[in-house]
Amino acid sequence: MQLSFKNGVVQTLAQLPAGAQAYLQRLDLPEEISQRLMELGFLPGAAVVAAGSAPGGDPRIFRVDGSEIALRRDTASHLYISSQPLPESDQL
Amino acid sequence: MSDSGSCHGAAPQTGNRKAGHYVALVGPPNAGKSTLFNRLTGLRQKVANFPGVTVEHHVGRVKDAAGRDLFVIDLPGIYSLTPRSEDEQVTHDVLTGAKPSLGLPDGVILILDSTNLQRHLVLAAPVLALGLPTLVVLNMADDLATRGGKVDPAALAREIGAPVALISAATGEGVERVVQFLHGTGARPVAPQPRVELPVLPNLPARRRWAGKVGLQAGYTAPAPPEWTRRLDALFLHPVCGPLVFLLVVLAVFQGIFTGAQPLMDGVEALVAWSGEQIGHLLPVGMLRSLLVEGVWGGVGSVVVFLPQILLLFLFLGILEDSGYLARAAVIADRTMSRVGLQGKAFIPLLSAYACAVPAIMATRTIEDKRDRLATVLIAPFMTCSARLPVYTLLIAAFVPNTPLLGQFLGLQAAVLLGLYLLGFAAAVGTALLLRSSVLRHAKTTFVMELPAYRRPSLRSLLLRLIDRAVVFLQRAGTVILLVSVLLWVLAHLPYKDGKAPPIEESIAGQIGRAVEPAIQPLGFNWKIGIGLITSLAAREVIVGTLGTIYGIENAEQDSPPLIESLRKDLTPGGAFALMIFFAFAMQCFSTVAIVRRELGSWIWPAAQFVYMGGLAYLGALAANQIWLRVR
Repeated sequence: MQLSFKNGVVQTLAQLPAGAQAYLQRLDLPEEISQRLMELGFLPGAAVVAAGSAPGGDPRIFRVDGSEIALRRDTASHLYISSQPLPESDQL
Repeated sequence: MSDSGSCHGAAPQTGNRKAGHYVALVGPPNAGKSTLFNRLTGLRQKVANFPGVTVEHHVGRVKDAAGRDLFVIDLPGIYSLTPRSEDEQVTHDVLTGAKPSLGLPDGVILILDSTNLQRHLVLAAPVLALGLPTLVVLNMADDLATRGGKVDPAALAREIGAPVALISAATGEGVERVVQFLHGTGARPVAPQPRVELPVLPNLPARRRWAGKVGLQAGYTAPAPPEWTRRLDALFLHPVCGPLVFLLVVLAVFQGIFTGAQPLMDGVEALVAWSGEQIGHLLPVGMLRSLLVEGVWGGVGSVVVFLPQILLLFLFLGILEDSGYLARAAVIADRTMSRVGLQGKAFIPLLSAYACAVPAIMATRTIEDKRDRLATVLIAPFMTCSARLPVYTLLIAAFVPNTPLLGQFLGLQAAVLLGLYLLGFAAAVGTALLLRSSVLRHAKTTFVMELPAYRRPSLRSLLLRLIDRAVVFLQRAGTVILLVSVLLWVLAHLPYKDGKAPPIEESIAGQIGRAVEPAIQPLGFNWKIGIGLITSLAAREVIVGTLGTIYGIENAEQDSPPLIESLRKDLTPGGAFALMIFFAFAMQCFSTVAIVRRELGSWIWPAAQFVYMGGLAYLGALAANQIWLRVR
């Protein structure tokens, strides 16, 4: 599995603990699915809060841009996050 | 409709552009599009497919101010105008006038969810940029208010340069503004209003920022998070309670469609039989009476009997869907479904398939991913639909003694029936795994599901949808099934001898039965079963009626119950088990073949499916009978 390390800590949405908030950095997914996620609010720079999950822990539920979206862990592990908002210029 | 002449009676997509003005209703999924559509058009609507694609939509008729017909087209829910899926392509084509038979719409109603305005406004940019007269409808005003959100429609209208109406389609609040807009549209010539000064919006992030800014200018305050939804989800998605509630819901649906529908189905059956008799009394004895009563009425009636069950299924699914629970059910089911290479959204269609594969296959439309949908369509007919039940119950009653297995709880007969359900389920799982390791090997399933806030379902919406489903079902029964029934009657009653129908073995059907006998003898079937297999191609339960007719003719003058007795004499237990297994696997249903063809848009898949399921049925039945022959 391809991982992105930041200060030695794995930083994807799949690892975001329930109740925590992070900012989306980039989506490392095929065009089709990343477009769909972006339409649902998963845009670079967007604040994402990890909510609950299905019984069993997968799929997980995220709050983004005013709605709740369920994603499989596998998909969430391709969404890279950071704890800080992106600088304005990076959002495009 | 005093002027329902040749052109006004037709929906606009039938070709004549001058037939009436039309307005396109667009919006993202879950914005309440269908609720508004139902409010505007009521019963004056019908389902249609765009030519060449399987995208289903509703066309409804309203009157404009001048009393002329105005058609409202309910387009598929979309998130963007970039044509990627079939749904988005259709919406894009309609809005840009690329459908030659339709031309440009006279107006657009863009419906957005006011409780999530800024995300939904993203869709407004490309729609407004088309320059068509557009009304932006902000729905769910009641939700917005109760949750403490607010928006200034007038300010928003100034920002985007288009009229804005804040409404609640569910309660009817503010809908008159939409009606006013519709009244104006037909009277107005198609002259695009001055194009709104929209910034160049090349991509989604830019559009989202624009939407955020516009929302801010319009005094938009996002509502508080839906308290009740969070509380309910804490229960429905709870690690322990969640699966329990899920199981209870599934069991309740099952119980409802089988136990609850039974009296209604008995009623319809009695009604069909009674009305058939009444028609029979009106006609002289002879070919015509036999054709009408046995062929047409009996054939169509045997399918119409399932109408109460199918409607009940749709009622339950409608309540679950409109309340928002269905989305949670899909999330809960996803983990299990992913093990066999399917996804959570396939769960509901597969559950529906226990009643009937036809509505189940129609329900796969909610699965956006084409390959996931294909896999679901291909395995759905393995689920034990209710048309198999009459066949199973007949054979079990004839061949399985009711020895208690687990005291009072489980008899041998019930265990065999349960085994047949499991057999179908296992075949579905096996086929799903097979597809994933062959044809659909490279397809990776994903699951993305928006969880809408829980809402109280609207009775009006539910009823309109039920009427809609009933009409679709009866149309099918009135066409395909009618034709097949008539054909079967002809085969069973010709060639005429001395002005009478021949004995069944000398009819064309009988000759066909004898012709296929060598092929089915290894399965333990004789030519009579052969005829039943052929007639049940129309619908599985038809074999019961066919066997009843064949043995009834043979044992005329005898007292009932002839069928079970005759079967016991004529079929070995090995053959009976082979027959049950055959029905568990085979795609003995023209309606299913037809719906697969319609939904997948090609004959290749239903043909492959028919051959595959038939092959499996033959081999399974062969194995059962041969094993019985060796171990008895």
